[in-house]
Amino acid sequence: MIPIEFPAYCALLQLYADYAQAVDSGNWDLWPEFFVDDCSYRLVPRENHERGLPLATLSFESKGMLKDRVYGIRETLFHDPYYQRHVVGIPLVRASSEGRIESEANYAVFRTKLNELSTVFNVGRTLDVVVETPAGLKFESRTIVYDSEMIPNSIIYPI
Amino acid sequence: MDRPTLDSVFPALPVWNGPGTSRIPFLAYTSDELHRRELERFFYKGHWCYVGLEAEIPIPGDFKRTAVGERSVILVRAQDGSVHVVENVCAHRGMSFCRERSGNRKDFTCPYHQWNYSLQGDLQGVPFRRGVKQDGKVNGGMPADFKPAENGLTKLKVATRGGVVFASFDHDVEPLEDFLGPTILRWFDRLFDGRALKLYGYNRQRIPGNWKLMQENIKDPYHPGLLHTWFVTFGLWRADNKSQLVMDSRFRHAAMISTRGSSGAPSQELQVTRVSSFKADMKLEDPRFLDIVGEEWWGGPTAVMTTIFPSVILQQQVNSVSTRHIQPDGHGAFDFVWTHFGFADDSEDMTQRRLRQANLFGPAGFVSADDGEVIELSQQGFEQKPFHRTLAELGGTDVADADHMVTETLIRGMYRYWREVMEA
Repeated sequence: MIPIEFPAYCALLQLYADYAQAVDSGNWDLWPEFFVDDCSYRLVPRENHERGLPLATLSFESKGMLKDRVYGIRETLFHDPYYQRHVVGIPLVRASSEGRIESEANYAVFRTKLNELSTVFNVGRTLDVVVETPAGLKFESRTIVYDSEMIPNSIIYPI
Repeated sequence: MDRPTLDSVFPALPVWNGPGTSRIPFLAYTSDELHRRELERFFYKGHWCYVGLEAEIPIPGDFKRTAVGERSVILVRAQDGSVHVVENVCAHRGMSFCRERSGNRKDFTCPYHQWNYSLQGDLQGVPFRRGVKQDGKVNGGMPADFKPAENGLTKLKVATRGGVVFASFDHDVEPLEDFLGPTILRWFDRLFDGRALKLYGYNRQRIPGNWKLMQENIKDPYHPGLLHTWFVTFGLWRADNKSQLVMDSRFRHAAMISTRGSSGAPSQELQVTRVSSFKADMKLEDPRFLDIVGEEWWGGPTAVMTTIFPSVILQQQVNSVSTRHIQPDGHGAFDFVWTHFGFADDSEDMTQRRLRQANLFGPAGFVSADDGEVIELSQQGFEQKPFHRTLAELGGTDVADADHMVTETLIRGMYRYWREVMEA
């Protein structure tokens, strides 16, 4: 067990909870603000991750790219609208040092399309680096490794 | 046909408007019976189906489990380096024995009764074949006339070209080069010119629509300049781009060849930018998504999308290259497997560029996510009124190569071939 002070752990819990709330809210502009400018966001099939293959389903290398995604969701990507709901497990702290935490958490995302039953949409875990900034804790990187073997058609909104 | 009576909402047979193929009956996408006939006549007979890249199985013993139509097969490299494809069904009790998706093996063993096969699919071990000796007596065993040579795994015929592997259950299938035909072969060889390939990885999506819709999507140059804002706005694919549509002599395969035009906001007069998806003021926060660098092997065109009927689409969209494998799952769904790759002699910069541009494609891609969505919703439309038909009459009702994109001729061509083979 990596020692981490309880207030620091509470702040980390708050970050995970806020992130889940934000990406489920439909207010996509909230999402890039969870990251530092020079960030990494990768959504990766478990298969590629475990075999060391570099391809990601989405791979963003800056906050600017996340903002481009938000623009895409809102303006350019035609899609059947849906609600999504993240359920995120208790984060596991792998390492911590001054102002920096490496942590991971399990997650499940449920999708609900209009007039349809709710279904399990995407399941996996996040491998995260969280840093302290003047504006609070932010993600320096999120590598989201999903178990789900098949994407049910498409992923539009941020996981 | 357009005005159904109550008893013709669910017709038994597809009804065409004469001999042409510009109006495609919805039933072609909704009938289980037609689907089974398609599997037999397209995926299992007379056609070569894509199974993978040699770069996926570089070392002797390497295998990859994949599919031809709805049948699970194993692509494997034998100890002598040769490439084989065998069906993933044990000769004994029919078990689909190979569960790992990839790996390295000396041989294949079915876990149920440990029947053992060589990598080429030959049966080489049957436990207790000669019975079990007990108290001076031999119990059981296989009949004396049991011939292992006649009880191997089903072997498919294999053809490789430029590092791409095709297989067929039909050992009488024409040579791969004849199957593709000289026109398509030229575009195939442009991408797979013998350079060693480097595997980047996979994306997998299940699209709830008929498998043919994906072939049609990539035979349809009408939609990219309308549906795909990125393509229109950045000039990657636009109705006024210099382009060419070509088919093989039987109209089953096709290539859409396009050369990128100008991006940004040209004259208001230009019709192609007066579409709602064109966004003159759209600017990327991070332009690295479109850090396009021309490559010598392109020989001009910036995008060539090749449909090889029935199983695969070959993608070159600027620096991003991939194969997209169609694996049907009943009439109303298919698995779509993207294999992205690069070339062994790519610089590190080019590798990063190809991986970055991969953000445009795949099940979450800035461009391609739309395609799965419209296919799903088309299928929904078909299912509710199978007596009806689609219209594919842009550019007329004939089937011919074209030097522009404002036509649905490739779709009409595919259905001309479909009607011929399906006798429907």
